[in-house]
Amino acid sequence: MLYTRSSFHSPFAIRDKFFDLDFPLLISILLLGIISMFAQYSSSGGQFDYHSKSHAIRFFVFFFFFLAISLINIRFWNDYSLLIFILLIMLLVAVKFFGVQSQGSRRWINLFVFNLQPSELMKVGIILFLSNYYHKISSGDVNKFRYLFYPLLALLIPFMLVVTQPDLGTAILILISGVVITWLAGVRWRIFAYLTGLFIVLAPVAISFLKPYQKSRILTFLNPDSDPLGAGYQIIQSKIAIGSGGLFGKGFLNGSQAYLNFLPEKHTDFIFTLFSEEFGFVGSVFMIILYFFITFRITLIGNITRSIFGKLYCYGFATAFFIYVVVNMSMVLGLLPIVGAPLPILSYGGSSMLAMMFGLGIVMSCNVYKNNAIG
Amino acid sequence: MLSFNSSNIVSKTKTISRRMFLLNSFKAVVLVGIFGRLASLQINEGSKYKSLADKNRFRETKISPPRGIIEDYFGKEIASNSRIYQLHIVPESTPDLDLLFFRLKSIINISTKKLNYLKKQIAKKKSWDTIVISDNLTWAEFSRVNLFLHDLEGAQPVVSVARFYADNSSAHAIGYVSEISPNDLRTKTYLQDLNIEGVAIGKTGLESSLDEQMLGSPGYLRFEVNAYGKKIKQVATDEGLKGKTFRTTLDQSVQKESSDALRDVSGAVCVMDIYNGDIISMVSSPAFNPNSFVHGVNRKEWKDLNENIDKPMLNKALSGLYPPGSTIKTLTALSALENDIVSSKLIVTCKGYIDLHGERFHCWKKKGHGVVGMRTAIKKSCDVYFYEVARRLGIDRLSATAKKFGLGKKVLQNYKEEKAGVVPNTKWKKKELGKNWYIGETLHSGIGQGYFLTTPLQLSLMTAQIANGGFKINPRILVDENDKTSNLQKYLEHMNTTPGNVMSVNDQIYNFNLKPLFRNQENINLVKDAMFAATNEVGGTSYRSRLKDKKFMFAGKTGSSQIKKFTQAQREAEIKQQDITYLERDHAWFVAFAPVHNPKYSISVLVEHGGSGSSAAAPIAKKIIKKVIERHEIREAQINRKLGENI
Repeated sequence: MLYTRSSFHSPFAIRDKFFDLDFPLLISILLLGIISMFAQYSSSGGQFDYHSKSHAIRFFVFFFFFLAISLINIRFWNDYSLLIFILLIMLLVAVKFFGVQSQGSRRWINLFVFNLQPSELMKVGIILFLSNYYHKISSGDVNKFRYLFYPLLALLIPFMLVVTQPDLGTAILILISGVVITWLAGVRWRIFAYLTGLFIVLAPVAISFLKPYQKSRILTFLNPDSDPLGAGYQIIQSKIAIGSGGLFGKGFLNGSQAYLNFLPEKHTDFIFTLFSEEFGFVGSVFMIILYFFITFRITLIGNITRSIFGKLYCYGFATAFFIYVVVNMSMVLGLLPIVGAPLPILSYGGSSMLAMMFGLGIVMSCNVYKNNAIG
Repeated sequence: MLSFNSSNIVSKTKTISRRMFLLNSFKAVVLVGIFGRLASLQINEGSKYKSLADKNRFRETKISPPRGIIEDYFGKEIASNSRIYQLHIVPESTPDLDLLFFRLKSIINISTKKLNYLKKQIAKKKSWDTIVISDNLTWAEFSRVNLFLHDLEGAQPVVSVARFYADNSSAHAIGYVSEISPNDLRTKTYLQDLNIEGVAIGKTGLESSLDEQMLGSPGYLRFEVNAYGKKIKQVATDEGLKGKTFRTTLDQSVQKESSDALRDVSGAVCVMDIYNGDIISMVSSPAFNPNSFVHGVNRKEWKDLNENIDKPMLNKALSGLYPPGSTIKTLTALSALENDIVSSKLIVTCKGYIDLHGERFHCWKKKGHGVVGMRTAIKKSCDVYFYEVARRLGIDRLSATAKKFGLGKKVLQNYKEEKAGVVPNTKWKKKELGKNWYIGETLHSGIGQGYFLTTPLQLSLMTAQIANGGFKINPRILVDENDKTSNLQKYLEHMNTTPGNVMSVNDQIYNFNLKPLFRNQENINLVKDAMFAATNEVGGTSYRSRLKDKKFMFAGKTGSSQIKKFTQAQREAEIKQQDITYLERDHAWFVAFAPVHNPKYSISVLVEHGGSGSSAAAPIAKKIIKKVIERHEIREAQINRKLGENI
C-alpha cells in the first residue's frame, strides 16, 4: 500500500525544482537547438536573416516556454489533458472554416501574431489524452469493447480532420503516435490485426480520396527514376546531396546541392539533407546519436516516473519523437515517400517547434515530479 | 471502474514495461537500418554521388518578367519596355576567365576598371551565379559578340527588356528605375525573395510606389549542365508573370505642352480636373532624363544633377514648398465671409501701407489702391485690404479654412516624396517654435507670406475646390476603372437636367454624398467672380494674359512669395525684381480655373525666382490652359468610349 499515498503536500521551492530537471536531456536539447541555428543559417545562404533569424528567436522563446512547462506539476497536465485535446480538436475544426490557405492546403489558423498549425500540436495532444485515458481505466478493462471505443474515436477524428486539409504526413504521424500508446497500454495484438485488416480492405476506397499529387508521390517513391524531373526530382536530388557529402562532408556553407535550390524545402523537411551534405557521415552520425540520446533520456524518465500517466506519456512521446526523426530521415534518404514530416527542432517551423518543446516540457515535468502519484 | 489500487498499477506497469522493451528492440533495428543507409550513401557510393553532383547537375536561372507599363489616360505608354542586349557569364562554365576578359576588351567597349570590379564580384559569388558583364550593349557590339562567340567560351549574349521612357516631360510624376541598392534590400521586404541579377526597381514617383505590382513575379529556367557547366538540355521553364500595367490620369500631350512652357524656367505646373480630382498634368522643371538611370547613371551626370541650383531631381509640383503669396487671398476672403467676420461690402482705403503697433505693412503698390471693396481687392490684389481682413479674422480661423481646402497635408497617396507643407496657427507656432503668435504675423499670413508653405499640387487642389462650387474632391493620378463619374459630376448632371432646381446643402450631402466646404455657396461664387475680374477686367492683375475666346476664357489669381523682404532703401529707390540677384527674386505664382463660365479644370503654375505672378507665371498658365481645353472633348470621348466597352 506504499504506493497509494496520494501526494506530497509540501510544495517545492522553484530553486529545488530547477535542480530536479534532467540536465543531460536539457543540454542535448540546447545543443540540438544550436546546431539547428547553424543549419538554418546555412539554408539562408549564409545570412543571419529571413528564416534563420526567426528560427533562432523561436528556439529561445520556446526554450523558456519549455522550462516553464517543466516546472508545472505533472498532475496539472493529467487533469487538463482532456481539455487540451478537445481544444485542439476545436482548433482543427476552426482551421476547416477560417484556416489560412497556402499552396493548396488549409493547415494554418491566423492568430494575428503568427499562423498556428494545430495539427502539429495534435501530435502531442493525442499522446497526452490517451496516456490520461489509460491512466484512468483499470488494467482489466483495456480490452473491453466499450473501452476501445473512445481511443478509436480519439484516433480517427484528428486523423480525418488533418488528412482532409490535406496533410497526409502529419495525419499519419498523429495516428501512429496514438496507436503506440494504445499498444503500450496493453491492447491485444489481435485487435490491431483486425483493424489493420479492415484498413487494407478499405484502403482502395481511401486512395480514391487522395489528391492526385499524393498518389503520384506514392507511385514515385516506388520508382523514383520514372519521373526524374517531377515528383522524383526531390528524392534524387536529396540522395545526390547526402551521398556527395561523403565521410567528412563539404564543410559548413559549402554544400553546392543545397545552395543550387534543388531542394525547394531545404529549410524545412530537407534540413537534414543540407546538414548531411555539409558535415558528411561523421556529422550525420553525431546528429542521429544526439536524437537517439534524447529518446533514450525520455525513456529513462519514463522508467523512474511512478504514475501510469507519466510512464505512458514518456514512453509514448519517446517513441513518437523517434518516429518523427526516423520518418524524416528515411524520407530524405529515399527509404520512404516524401510525405511532409519535419525533423524535430532542426526544421524551420514555429508550430512544430512549439509542439516539440511543449511535449518535451511535459516529459521534464514528469522528471521533476517523478515521485508524485496521481489520483 | 476507475479502481485505484496497487495491483492494478503493478499489472499495468508490467504490461507497459514489457511492451516498451519490445518497442526499444524495434527501435534499435531501425537505428541500424538508418546508419546502414547513411553509410551506403555517403561511404560506399559516396564517390558515385560526388561525381553525380559534380558532373550532371541541374541549374536554375531566374528570369525577370517584363515590368508593368505606365500609360497615360489615353493608353499611350509613358513608361514602356524596350529590347536591350546584354552579356552574361557564368564563372564555372568559363574555362579561362582572364583570356575571356582579354578578348572581350577588344570586342566590346569595356574599361579595365570595370573588369577589375567584375573580377572582385566573381570572387565573392558562387561559381554558378550569373554575372552581368554589360547590361546594355549596342547592337553593333552585340552582333560582334555573337560573331566571335566560338572564341568566347563562357560568354552568354542575352536579349532582355529594360525600362524605356519616351520623353522627359513626366520624369518626376512617373519617376525612374535603377539597380537595387543595399538599402533597398533592407527596407523593401518584397525584394528579399526576388534575387534576380540585374533587375531594376523603381526609385521615385509612381515607379517607386507601384514597384511591387509592376515587378511581376519572376520565372525560372531549369536546365541540365555538364561538368563544364555547359547547358545540355532545358528541363523546365516558368515564364513568370508580367508586371501589372497602370493607367494614369495624365495626358501625355498636355505633359509635353507644360514641359515646353516651363522649358526656360525652374518651376512646376499642376493641372487638375475640378470634379473628379484627376491630375491631368504634373510637371516639374528642369527635368532629368529618366533613361539615364536604367543602366546606372554615370558619375558626371549625377554630379551635374545634384549640383544644379534648380534641383532637377526634386519634384517641385509636390515636394517643393513655397509660401502661397497672394493666391491665398481667395481663402482669406472666403474665410472671413464664411465666419461672418466681414461682409462682402467691406470698404478699406489703401494708401499703400498701414501701421499697426508701430510696424508698417506695405502694399505691393506704393501709391496705394485708394478706396477698394472686396471684389476689387482680389482683382487688383490689394495687400492693405487683406491686412485689414486678416486682422479682423485672426490666424486660427484662416488656418481652419486653409486646412479644409487641402493645404498643410499630403493630398496624394502615391508619392512617398510628397511634402505636407505648413498652415500656421497659434497652436502650431507654440508647438513648433515654442513662441507666442504676434498679430503682425497674422497680417503677413493673410497675404500668404510668413510661415505658410504650400506645394503647387495643393494650390491646384485649392483652386479646383473653389471652382467646382466649393466641394471637396480627392486628387488622383491613377485611373479608377470603377469610378468613371464622380458624385459631383452626377450632381451637376442632375442640376442641368432639372433647371431652376435649387438643392439645399443637406440634400447635396444626402442625395449625392457630396462634401461641401462652405456654409453659404454665395461666398464661393463671390470669390470666383472676383477671380474672373482679376483676369478679364481692365486693371486686373492677370488682364494681360487673358484669353479672349469664350471657349478658353479663364479666371485666375496671381501671387508672389517673398524670398527676402525689401529694405526701406530698396522700397524708396523703387527697385524692380529684375534688378536684384536671381536667388533673391520672389517666386511667381498663378492659379486659375477654366473655362470661366463652365469651369472644368484648375491649374497652378509656380516659377521659382520668377518675380511677379502676372509677368512670369500667368503667360505660362495661358499656354497650358489653351492646350487643356483643346484636349477636353477628346478626354470626354475617352470616358464614354471606355464606358461603352464595359457595357
